[in-house]
Amino acid sequence: MPIALLSPALLMVGLLFVYPLLFSLAYAFRNEATGAWGLVNFEKAFELYSNDILYTVFILVLATVLTGLFAVAIGGYLTLGENRRTVAILRWLYRWPLFIPMVVAGQLMRTFLAKNGMLNNGLMSLGLIEPINAVSMLDWRGVVITFVWKQLPFAALLISGAMASMDRSMIESARNLGASRFHALVEIVIPQVKASIAVSLILSFVTMLSALSVPMMVIAGSPTMITVDMAWRVNSYSDYGVANALGFISCAMSGVVAWFYLRQSVREQSRIVAK
Amino acid sequence: MNAPTISLASRMPKWVGALVRGLLIVLLAVAIFGPLLNMLIWTVAEAWYFPNKLPLRWGFQFWGRVFRPEAGAMTALWTSVLIAMMTVVFSLLVSIPAGYALSRRTLPLRSVFLLVFLLPQAFPAIAVHMNIARIFYGIGLNGTIWGVMLVHAIQGLVFSVWIASASFAAVNQEQVEAARNLGASPWRAFMNVSLPLAAPGLMASAIFVFLISLDEFSGTFFVGVPDVRTLPLTMLNAALEGNYQIASITALLLLVPSIAFMLFVEKFLKADVLAKVGT
Repeated sequence: MPIALLSPALLMVGLLFVYPLLFSLAYAFRNEATGAWGLVNFEKAFELYSNDILYTVFILVLATVLTGLFAVAIGGYLTLGENRRTVAILRWLYRWPLFIPMVVAGQLMRTFLAKNGMLNNGLMSLGLIEPINAVSMLDWRGVVITFVWKQLPFAALLISGAMASMDRSMIESARNLGASRFHALVEIVIPQVKASIAVSLILSFVTMLSALSVPMMVIAGSPTMITVDMAWRVNSYSDYGVANALGFISCAMSGVVAWFYLRQSVREQSRIVAK
Repeated sequence: MNAPTISLASRMPKWVGALVRGLLIVLLAVAIFGPLLNMLIWTVAEAWYFPNKLPLRWGFQFWGRVFRPEAGAMTALWTSVLIAMMTVVFSLLVSIPAGYALSRRTLPLRSVFLLVFLLPQAFPAIAVHMNIARIFYGIGLNGTIWGVMLVHAIQGLVFSVWIASASFAAVNQEQVEAARNLGASPWRAFMNVSLPLAAPGLMASAIFVFLISLDEFSGTFFVGVPDVRTLPLTMLNAALEGNYQIASITALLLLVPSIAFMLFVEKFLKADVLAKVGT
């Protein structure tokens, strides 16, 4: 009976996710012109797009690290902050971009970070830069800024939630023994919410890896991210082979991240068991 | 090693800490609201050239242009809303039974099933979307509203199933049993007791799915184009054509429901349901 209730939803995952995913992974190895199986798509993908692959990795790693640092800082202040009003303002403030669509975030940054955007105007008004030095940030910097702006509330929400449900007595006693708030954060709070930090950053990493709209809107020209290359191969050349090879590479990237996480958590499990 | 930081902190006058705090909050506020404000100004700017810091001419001229029938934005808005409503109905039909089954802790392999619904979020979506487009092309679903609706539904499935499961898990079982003891059939007990009690959580999941569908980009890009044009794709086109005003006005149309949901989410998603999501 329960399986019958579940089956429409399971069927949906199977037909609309598992099947196309396996299809994609398998057809990355198929030369569609000759029908032979092999690595020819990957050779072509690396020949044409190795720069873009490195560029994508660089952008994703930088954006994930920055998201993690800022999210821990926000969560840490919400947990350990002593000025009530600042905590309340921060709690109200940081969540705004949470449900703003990626594609809209891309559009916002396209105007904000442009040469004539508000960022440059603001810096010029403050006398920090001259009009002649105003540059457009619509390249990797723009993408990193957009990703961090969009993903930070999500990561901070999960991390501060985990921090809020922690046992506070350890923090209190460490503080009473004279530990600074920074030490309490690094040595007591962060180790206890490591799992939440990892989960929020992995989900953010995959979200950023899947975002087609942001690099499309924010980066003009090349180098660009491999999501844009995939869309280009499919729409302009109907070249599913190379597109699927790039898709395989992006799945491999998220796989590497997930593997590090699983290995880490297995190690911790065994450490707990050993104790 | 702790000693210097403490003495430094205690030697610092209080106003230094307040100043640093204030500066950081202002900086964060500028980073969050700056891009939004910039977009809002563009929606009412009729002429704005570098290096002018503000528009030379203000007005609503471009609003008229967006809402003109030949601009296509209104058609795109209706297409988006229609697809989003279809996605909501379809998702509820699939996730209410699934969520009800998953709300029972005795269900065998329960955590595995919960994980299965998370899978579509754990892999990069683009590789899946372009192959769905290829499969749909073979069966005539490509470029149809139904095809786009299915892609949106799979994207939102984890949220609709998990929230539905949490809503049913939060239903007080004693009330259901009372109805059963009074002679109600399992179906009547479900329709008259469980479903109404779970309704606020199901409402939250419906809104969630509606927003996901409204904002979805890459699935529509591969499956819908060029026949089905939703608002996000219209916005991308306007932006790539360099039409900042039209792009900003469409962005604003997409933004309003998202921000409204962010502000009111706690009204729909009560803490007792929220705590059970994904568990």
